[in-house]
Amino acid sequence: MLKSLFHSQVSLGFAQAAIASVLALLVVLLARRRSIHLESDAAIALLRGIVQIVAVGSILMLLLKGPRWTSVLLLTGMILAAGSISAKRAKNIPGALKVSTYSIAAGAGVVTAIMTWAGVIDTAITSLIPVGSMIIANAMNTNGLALNRFRSEVLSHVGEVETALALGAAPEETVARYAESSIHSSLIPAIDNLRSLGIVWIPGLMTGMLLSGSSPLYAAIYQFVVIAMILASSGLTSLLSTMMIRSHVFSPAEQLLLRGAE
Amino acid sequence: MSADTVPAPMAVVLRTEHLGRRMGDTEIVKDISLQVERGELLGVVGPSGSGKSSFLRLLNRLDEPTSGTVYLDGQDYRQLAPRELRRRVGMVTQRPFLFPGDVALNVRFGPTQRGETLPDTEVNRLLERVGLSGFASRDVTNLSGGEQQRVSLARALANGPEALLLDEPTSALDDEAKEGVEELICEVVRGTSLTCVLVTHDRNQARRMCTRVAILEKGRLVQTGTPAEVLSA
Repeated sequence: MLKSLFHSQVSLGFAQAAIASVLALLVVLLARRRSIHLESDAAIALLRGIVQIVAVGSILMLLLKGPRWTSVLLLTGMILAAGSISAKRAKNIPGALKVSTYSIAAGAGVVTAIMTWAGVIDTAITSLIPVGSMIIANAMNTNGLALNRFRSEVLSHVGEVETALALGAAPEETVARYAESSIHSSLIPAIDNLRSLGIVWIPGLMTGMLLSGSSPLYAAIYQFVVIAMILASSGLTSLLSTMMIRSHVFSPAEQLLLRGAE
Repeated sequence: MSADTVPAPMAVVLRTEHLGRRMGDTEIVKDISLQVERGELLGVVGPSGSGKSSFLRLLNRLDEPTSGTVYLDGQDYRQLAPRELRRRVGMVTQRPFLFPGDVALNVRFGPTQRGETLPDTEVNRLLERVGLSGFASRDVTNLSGGEQQRVSLARALANGPEALLLDEPTSALDDEAKEGVEELICEVVRGTSLTCVLVTHDRNQARRMCTRVAILEKGRLVQTGTPAEVLSA
């Protein structure tokens, strides 16, 4: 129906975005009837989302005509933004921004660099940016989940942690158990994505490749490659961030800083 | 009194000097200076919110003082590594927070942190001392509240502390278990000349157990003396 009303691709896109947003807002209104208030969060997120993605689309239009190294700049910018966003999940943990940024940079950066070097990811901007951003975004989500879980675990085991400290335990050892469970739970989405690939969902990248005329079999295999890369980078990010954050919840005098209200 | 009968001056194990802690705009512990001698069981008594537990947490540096300091055997505790300090100043809290596993694992916890393995004989000796002979292989989930608190005491003693901090150690126990743990603490203090600081809101408990009592109100030390002197009312 829309296609007959809108003749340019951009205006068609905005019309489609408007319909998707209205649908999302209807669900929010439905939630409101059950006293779950998501109105302002959802409205801001939708507005922010469309502005951000249109901005990125516009930048990509310019970059496609530029030199290849510009993709490195864009990916670096994405890593910095991802570090800042996921650090918010580690409220009250000093140094969370640094830990998040370093972990995402290392996790997503190492995997993207190796796969680009091996020729799995093409160095063309049209390939490196979408695949790199998928890896960074998933590393960000995993990092946020890991830090959030770690924070909750420590907050709900303050007594155990301080008992161990009072018995002379090394601070990082007192929270090691909670760091391990955080890594495990943060990787559940990435593992489930891999398990359900092709059965429950056909990801966007594969759909895009099919639409652009790639062989369905190659598109399917390449989609597996991307999801496996996401698992590798998410795993590395989660391992690094939980390893680094452990020391940040203690003072130099080995006192637990992350506690409920005193 | 002859020279032979003059008691030797007792060594001061813990001494606080103008100790204080501020949280934002609130001073939860204010300028407390006191000392605890070897073998003494000092009771810290006061109403809820008077800063008793906050004061106790400053003694093993679980919290950082914002003013003053603590001396352990005459040495400023800021010069000691925190782990070394906490080995020498043990703590038993209201809830025992036992680690998952058996009783022996819990008793061995402190020495294990220093890379030492407490031999079975020593584990059994500690358990015997707290009235839990034969409990070494019991899973901690199968223990009563009183038994858990006894394990917590044995676990603290396994580090060989010079001073022991007790934060309301019986307040979560029923009367029978409470009486048993009280007697046990008194026996341990008498038998080993251990220096203890007991935080309690129960004035009768302080009267029964302590050799000296410090009264705290709104974070400030208002009175110290024998139980008969300060808890007569």
